[in-house]
Amino acid sequence: MMFTETPLVRRKLRQERLAKWIFFGMTASMIIPLVLIVGYLVERAWPSLSLSFLVDVPARGMKEGGVWPALVGTIYLVVLSLAVSAPVGVLAAVYLNEYARDNWFNRIINLAVINLAGVPSIVHALFGLGAFVYAARFGYSIISASLTLAIMTLPVIIASTREALASVPRSFREACWNVGATRWQTIKAVVLPNSISGILTGIILQVSRAAGETAPIMFTGAVFFKAVDKGDLFPYGLREQCMALSMHLYTLSTQVPGVKESVPFATAVVLLGSVLVVNATAIILRGYLRSRKKW
Amino acid sequence: MGDGFGGGPASPGVLNPKAEIRKPKEIRKPKEIRKPKAEAASKLGRDMSTPQTDRAVADGFAVRRATRPAWAVLGERALEVLIYLCGISAIVFVLGIFFFVFKEAFPILGNKQFSLSQFLFSEQWHPTSELNKRYGVLAMIAGTFSVTALAMVIAVPFGLGAAIYLSEFCSGRVKETLKVVIELLAAIPSVVWGFIGLTVMSRLIVKYTGAPVGVNVLNGGIILALMSVPIIVSIGEDALKAVPDSYREAGLALGATRWQLVWRVLLPAGKTGLLAAVLLGVGRGVGETMAVLMATGHAVHIPHSPFDSVRTLTANIAAELGEAPANSDHYQVLFLTGVLLFLMTFVVNLAADLIVRGIRRK
Amino acid sequence: MSTAAQIVVQDLRLAYGHKEVLHGISFDIRRNEIFGVIGPAQSGKTSLLRCLNRTIDFTPDTRVTGSVLVDGEDVRQTRNVFALRRKIGMVAPLPVGLPMSIYDNVAFAPRCAGMSRKSELDGIVEQCLRQGALWDEVKDRLDSLGTKLSGGQQQRLTIARALSHQPEILCLDEFSIAIDPVTTMRIEDVLKELRRNMTIILVTNLTQQARRLADRTLFLWKGAIVELDRSEVIFSDHPGNRQTYEYVNGIFG
Repeated sequence: MMFTETPLVRRKLRQERLAKWIFFGMTASMIIPLVLIVGYLVERAWPSLSLSFLVDVPARGMKEGGVWPALVGTIYLVVLSLAVSAPVGVLAAVYLNEYARDNWFNRIINLAVINLAGVPSIVHALFGLGAFVYAARFGYSIISASLTLAIMTLPVIIASTREALASVPRSFREACWNVGATRWQTIKAVVLPNSISGILTGIILQVSRAAGETAPIMFTGAVFFKAVDKGDLFPYGLREQCMALSMHLYTLSTQVPGVKESVPFATAVVLLGSVLVVNATAIILRGYLRSRKKW
Repeated sequence: MGDGFGGGPASPGVLNPKAEIRKPKEIRKPKEIRKPKAEAASKLGRDMSTPQTDRAVADGFAVRRATRPAWAVLGERALEVLIYLCGISAIVFVLGIFFFVFKEAFPILGNKQFSLSQFLFSEQWHPTSELNKRYGVLAMIAGTFSVTALAMVIAVPFGLGAAIYLSEFCSGRVKETLKVVIELLAAIPSVVWGFIGLTVMSRLIVKYTGAPVGVNVLNGGIILALMSVPIIVSIGEDALKAVPDSYREAGLALGATRWQLVWRVLLPAGKTGLLAAVLLGVGRGVGETMAVLMATGHAVHIPHSPFDSVRTLTANIAAELGEAPANSDHYQVLFLTGVLLFLMTFVVNLAADLIVRGIRRK
Repeated sequence: MSTAAQIVVQDLRLAYGHKEVLHGISFDIRRNEIFGVIGPAQSGKTSLLRCLNRTIDFTPDTRVTGSVLVDGEDVRQTRNVFALRRKIGMVAPLPVGLPMSIYDNVAFAPRCAGMSRKSELDGIVEQCLRQGALWDEVKDRLDSLGTKLSGGQQQRLTIARALSHQPEILCLDEFSIAIDPVTTMRIEDVLKELRRNMTIILVTNLTQQARRLADRTLFLWKGAIVELDRSEVIFSDHPGNRQTYEYVNGIFG
């Protein structure tokens, strides 16, 4: 016997479809404008976008030219900040997930991590200024800026690493403990090798975050302009200030009058593009590593 | 039969040349173990010339006799101390942030020309005036709240709608793709958002609303909404995932449409999680700096319409810190604003976390 | 067979939070015997084993009183808990192949103990895999992943790993719940072999398994000892306690 559609059923199905389209519309209305905006940015940036834009230095009072010093500066800041926050963050996550017992002290640590993640970036900037620039006497420098960025990215690395560690089943740990392995031997043999993909993805995602942040470096080490040779790979010393892409975009779009129109757009596209490329890499890597899970 | 005897050992070599290579290994390995056993049985080889350890293997003493080298034990201990130090670093940093920000702000509290009530409840902000210095941040607080509130008004329905679409209406490929897109949206740096607000959005606003300036509450609100949506979507989706499937099945079995299911079952069941999602969005909105700095204009006054320019607490610090001489009153007041922001976001994030944790415990 | 007590448990109490799961139990286990522990679920069998090798330490919010002596040494005061755990082999109910190669699975414990010479490790790996009745099936693929073996093979790998640190005591916790009867019989044969060299504690909810293998059997119920006697008595028609008879014959439980 066939299932016949009564008017009631038909109305229900229609409602169902309607609901689906409405929610789809809400999702799409968040995404489509953005795609259009990004497309618009690229279109406006087009006249300046070229490989030489990447390796050229700013010219004529930053009104023309490329972004090389800012690009290198951003790489400096990202590498240095992650060199600090990645090991500290991973080890902190190992402590919280593998060693810490559930007591008031460790609950306070958890609270601190959550709180640290919520601290506004401008407050990080104030902290960096007070602690690194003045108190630690690093001055306005790459070190101060990187350390500020490091503390900013730390809680997110802790959170993503903990998630990765927690995905390793407890039965593996118990099997190791049962044969007389110490906690660290267990972590080294079973926990870390099987969570490394998640840990790496979390760290790579922070690469793009550190590259995009502006406020924390604005008052700790980033500078409007610094003369750098074209294509020079090591233009900065650690105690010097540097340019950075994010800061450069802010400067070009708000502080410099008479900039050639496509230059800030091209800077935005370079920053956006590099961030998205890094993130896409992390997402692809995550998918790949997930597909070769060992159990 | 005779054929079997002769052909047996030879045949693997003929059929499979690799077997010939493998075979000697198989024979050799057991030998290593059997040899000492045989020697032990013959009461020979008690002297050092025979490999004692292999006999220990066979007799079951080898592992008990083994000891870890001292450097390995000490190294492990040192590493564990390091892990512990990294573990408590989060506390150190949070306290450090509060300490250093507060330390720079502290002197102003003892300054006779400064009063805390004026700071919080006055809308007069004249930090560089020679005659009439005023440090009131009420206008900035109003700015922060108006922009954040507008952003939430836009972002919450859309974000929750997208969360519902993701968790209830689509699956497989589409879902994965949308999640990736939303993750990528979350990665767009705030300065790029600010730039979009400054260039694209402001022009659109002037064009379609006729507002005199395009950088205003509306602009900041839209930009902030777009920035907050990914957080709301991902946390909201988690919250909906936490609603047991049995609820859905029961609803559908009773003949509810999906539409009714969402309204009558999912939203009530997931409301605490969705609240947490909104709170985290608020936390992000209050703390956001670069986007609102570039997209809201710079007028220090309490806004009366969405088309007024405002300045937020964060933007105020970012805009003026560079000009304030170190340890001046102005500089200290900016740090005090930082303390205020720190406390505000602390409360919001703590509330969100307590809610999220409550859900997980369920 | 020596009748000296190797493990002495005295007034052992264990509480998870406010819930006491072992109510002060005392018994002893003799050297080289197969000691069966039977009882329904939630009667504290697994907790008892975890007190023995102190993996109970890893469960938060537990309180242990009383003493467990292994070879005269109180496990709760032992200076080297890792050596203690190596002295006691532990096989969990569900097979756990560690996500590393089969070879590394078995060589893991000796390596943790500090053994590093390849020839010794090779010897131990082969010896243990043979004892676990797995050698013939895996000898050609020792470097494939332990997690990719079948359930029954993984359980035998788990047993091989429990033997790899050359324990004096082997604890098996309901080892047969995840594997088929044929594999179970093979492992039971292995156990009969092993008892010549070690003491075996066999926790099981299959009363027939305890009857087949155990010299003495302990009936544990709700964290207290109902009866401990030779298996012939426990599984006879007239054990010392009526509850035992009912449990063994499936009337109660």
